[in-house]
Amino acid sequence: MTTPVLSVQDLTVEFVTRRATLRALDRVSFEIGPGEVLGVVGESGAGKSVTGAAVIGLVDPPGRIAGGEVRLSGERIDNLPAEQLRRVRGKRIGMIFQDPLTSLNPLFRIGDQLVETITTHTDLSASAARQRALALLTEVGISAPERRIDSYPHQFSGGMRQRVVIALALCAEPELVIADEPTTALDVSVQAQIITVLKRLCRDHGTAVMLVTHDMGVIGETADRVAVMYAGRVIEVGAVTDVVRHPLHPYAQGLMGAIPTLADTAERLASIPGSMPRLSAIPPGCPFNPRCPYAYAPCTTIRPELKPPGLRAPAVPGRKVACHLYDPALAPEAAAA
Amino acid sequence: MLAFLVRRVLQAAGVFLAVGIIAFTMFRFVGDPVNQIVSIDTPYAERLAVRQSLGLDDPVPVQILRYLGRALGGDFGISYQFRQPVSALFAERLPATLELALCATVFALGLGVLFGVVSALRRGTALASALNALSLVGISLPTFLIGILLIYVFSETFRLLPSFGRGDVVRVGGWTTGFLTPSGLKALVLPSITLGLFQLTLVMRLVRAEMLEVLRTDYIRFARARGLRSRTIHFRHALKNTLIPVITIAGLQLGSLIAFAIITETVFQWPGMGALFLQAVQNVDIPIMAAYLLLVAGIFVVINLTVDILYTVVDPRLHVAGATGG
Ligand SMILES: Nc1ncnc2c1ncn2[C@@H]1O[C@H](COP(=O)(O)OP(=O)(O)OP(=O)(O)O)[C@@H](O)[C@H]1O
Ligand SMILES: [Mg+2]
Repeated sequence: MTTPVLSVQDLTVEFVTRRATLRALDRVSFEIGPGEVLGVVGESGAGKSVTGAAVIGLVDPPGRIAGGEVRLSGERIDNLPAEQLRRVRGKRIGMIFQDPLTSLNPLFRIGDQLVETITTHTDLSASAARQRALALLTEVGISAPERRIDSYPHQFSGGMRQRVVIALALCAEPELVIADEPTTALDVSVQAQIITVLKRLCRDHGTAVMLVTHDMGVIGETADRVAVMYAGRVIEVGAVTDVVRHPLHPYAQGLMGAIPTLADTAERLASIPGSMPRLSAIPPGCPFNPRCPYAYAPCTTIRPELKPPGLRAPAVPGRKVACHLYDPALAPEAAAA
Repeated sequence: MLAFLVRRVLQAAGVFLAVGIIAFTMFRFVGDPVNQIVSIDTPYAERLAVRQSLGLDDPVPVQILRYLGRALGGDFGISYQFRQPVSALFAERLPATLELALCATVFALGLGVLFGVVSALRRGTALASALNALSLVGISLPTFLIGILLIYVFSETFRLLPSFGRGDVVRVGGWTTGFLTPSGLKALVLPSITLGLFQLTLVMRLVRAEMLEVLRTDYIRFARARGLRSRTIHFRHALKNTLIPVITIAGLQLGSLIAFAIITETVFQWPGMGALFLQAVQNVDIPIMAAYLLLVAGIFVVINLTVDILYTVVDPRLHVAGATGG
């Protein structure tokens, strides 16, 4: 097997507050292969953004990485000194945030912001960097870039600004791009265009993508694989066709059921009653157990590990689920036997 | 831009008119100017003659217009105490005050911005706490006390710096400057620190607060995600965004440094406008007081205009048209 571009193992992030230590990520593990697009889904507060921030080493205090490791093309990056980690950011991992309106510094021309990023990470001269900036702007679909490169962010619409942000994320040819809800803040009419641009560029450059989104339609069209997060854990991961069409985890089933366009059977849960627990009150065992229609004794005491299903589902390579229902040793029928 | 300038000039004219009327009113109501000019035993007829020669018998609006008209031409009347044109007295004193205010501003802005940035970036460290303590001292100690303390330490105890006067000055055209001689420069140190310390702490607190705010913004987060060096992020991206409020405050502060250098000038026997004004108040020298008022108004108008222009230089959103769609 080829080395994954990104490999996250048991990543744990904690926020130390005066009253308690909140565990925002609890042993999160997943991998992204070269050129692969991993969709990350889960309801608000599941830990998607914290995961992205932890990968690039930008968890702000009082948060800290409390355990686990992050490998970029096999090389550990979570324990790098700050200065070396900075060189990874922007150069080997590009980042795209949710809101293009606020991602760009309003007081600097977009060309200057591109050039400074390029010259920070490459040996290009300022004029060569400017040429590269022009080429990038063309690539992200900004026409007449010579006329636009010296404009300020406020002279662009939201969609155009997000294209500039994509150009900034890709300007040093990173191996991985982390896009955290790149279209949520945009007009519905331009969302599809932005996703198309992102997809095309990453395909052309062979860039792997971690795509955080709430939009299952985007996941269906763009992602190769999907990771479902719940209460700071990855509870299911697998190929997009498997996870979206035949989700295993009861939470994933509920989540996919909430997307009418993709629902092809009527039996799916229309919605999940209850809400995700707060970080300060995550129940023992499976964090989903209070809301789970199938919960039984072990769910309230034993934490389900993320592993290939051994029951009720065909073992497909790369597919993992964290649910006792699929664990031959703990499933209800095992207890009965 | 032109419309903007025209509007500002009209506003400035309005301000001047208002201040001019106030200044003129002082002439009339603070006391009878004739009493200031003549001696106690001057006969009544002579007093009347003086009245007439000063134009004090004319209707009030006529007097106001005449005063303002002369003021426009640089004629602010004759000082009662010195029997000299106010404009000549001002020309003699203004360089001392302006040089002092300039040094105090450079001191306050330079160190204020630097300390503000440092205390924001090194939040929670001993250095930041020390700077915050310093800013408390600067804000709470009255100016005259700071001046006296500085004199005590640097002039009396260590005998490093002079405690009064401007030192040797050089005349360049109509301007006397202390910048060109060692003793002139030395003489500027203590008064500048005294005058600037309060502004320094203001600027420092402002920069610190703005900086902390800006460091939380998405574009700073994105700049970090782009892997820019911390120095670039802090001193290029963040600092420039804190400048707008700093420019506003700095402008107003420069104005008040010039206008209210009175205490510092008194403590250090600085031969500037403040000292002249104080003397004028003591002797009810109304022409000087009124002209001082107009001058201060003029300084504030000019500074406000400069601040507005600087805004547009710093913030492109104010002078470049917005989004062009799609
Ligand atoms: N600075 C912080 N201090 C304390 N808790 C935090 C902090 N930042 C994030 N968290 C917590 O971490 C958890 C995960 O947050 P995260 O932003 O990753 O959610 P998300 O999955 O990205 O949600 P959304 O879909 O709303 O973006 C949340 O419960 C949040 O409250
Ligand atoms: Mg998020």
